Amino acid sequence: MKYIEPHAHMVSRVTDDYQRMALAGCEAICEPAFWAGFDRSSPAGFHDYFCQLTEHEPKRAAKFGIAHFCWLCINPKESEDVNLAGDVIALIPQFLDRPNVLGIGEIGLNKNSRNEVKVLEMHVDLAARFDQLILVHTPHLEDKLKGTRLILDVLKSDRRIKPERVIVDHVEEHTVKAVLDRGHWAGMTLYPETKCTPARAIDILENFGNEQLWMNSACDWGVSDPLAVPKTALEMKRRGHRAAAIEQLIFRNPKKFLSQSPNFKLPAA
Amino acid sequence: MTRAIDNAERREYTASGIMTREQVLDLDFLDARGKLIEIAAFLDRVERAKGQDDFRVKAFRQAARELNGSKKRRAEKVLLAFSDPTTTPIPAATTKAACGAWPGRPN
Repeated sequence: MKYIEPHAHMVSRVTDDYQRMALAGCEAICEPAFWAGFDRSSPAGFHDYFCQLTEHEPKRAAKFGIAHFCWLCINPKESEDVNLAGDVIALIPQFLDRPNVLGIGEIGLNKNSRNEVKVLEMHVDLAARFDQLILVHTPHLEDKLKGTRLILDVLKSDRRIKPERVIVDHVEEHTVKAVLDRGHWAGMTLYPETKCTPARAIDILENFGNEQLWMNSACDWGVSDPLAVPKTALEMKRRGHRAAAIEQLIFRNPKKFLSQSPNFKLPAA
Repeated sequence: MTRAIDNAERREYTASGIMTREQVLDLDFLDARGKLIEIAAFLDRVERAKGQDDFRVKAFRQAARELNGSKKRRAEKVLLAFSDPTTTPIPAATTKAACGAWPGRPN
């Protein structure tokens, strides 16, 4: 069963994970820039990270026949310092023409603060100026509802942003409708405790249709499962979903959205 | 521009993927039963422990009420019971973590 992992933080994973994902049918991995678990002390730290995402990580993936793509930004967890964020955002244009860069992400909010909103607006402006796709992170747990509403308002207020070129990730039952109703794509993240389980993700699919949804593991340095997408595909099969519907969710949908970037090219079959 | 999914498309997809009630029970009843007992045991454990309830336990009890009766969209309502319903950005982020329940909800 071939699939695309549209959101995984592979810099935090061991090489065995690449092997297991390749064995499970993974054709491509997309890696948004994220928080390292600690705050970086300078823009230079981000410069090195962007080099890692655009130079080193594609080579690790290629050893297992997996295409590697990435998104660039300063993550919302490091957005409280607006001056640092401005310096990091100024670095990004020099990386945008690298062949595996898909767009700006994962941008968004974490604690829904004024500075986070300001930095989100700066990222949205960057994406608009350089005609980039956007991948949005929505906050965790009790902050998700409010954060999603604020993010949707920021996206709507910038008239240069086309809704179908934005994926809003980590949706749950209380946020998915608002995202889809605005014309955006929605990502369901299969992550223990804080996001969706496979069963709930399939419930959302059955309630909201499969036209503009995808699934991802968002595997990172926390307790998470790089095989969450193929495991959920098996759960769909167990619940009687047709093979074509499963393939649409785990392969054709992410391919359709990501192909809006000229850099997204899968290896020839 | 891509449009939002309309209700007809949602119904069409749902109709093709749905199981009978008996099939759902065959597949998931034991798992759900086990999780419900875990929740009961968690509340027993909290009440055995010394100290007072905090906003998290209060939110948990409120959310648990959403399971009762013949309500629909229970998962959404449970999530809403834990959520910050306000709409204005906070002045500054003083922590990175979320704790799972909004402390501002009145008792």
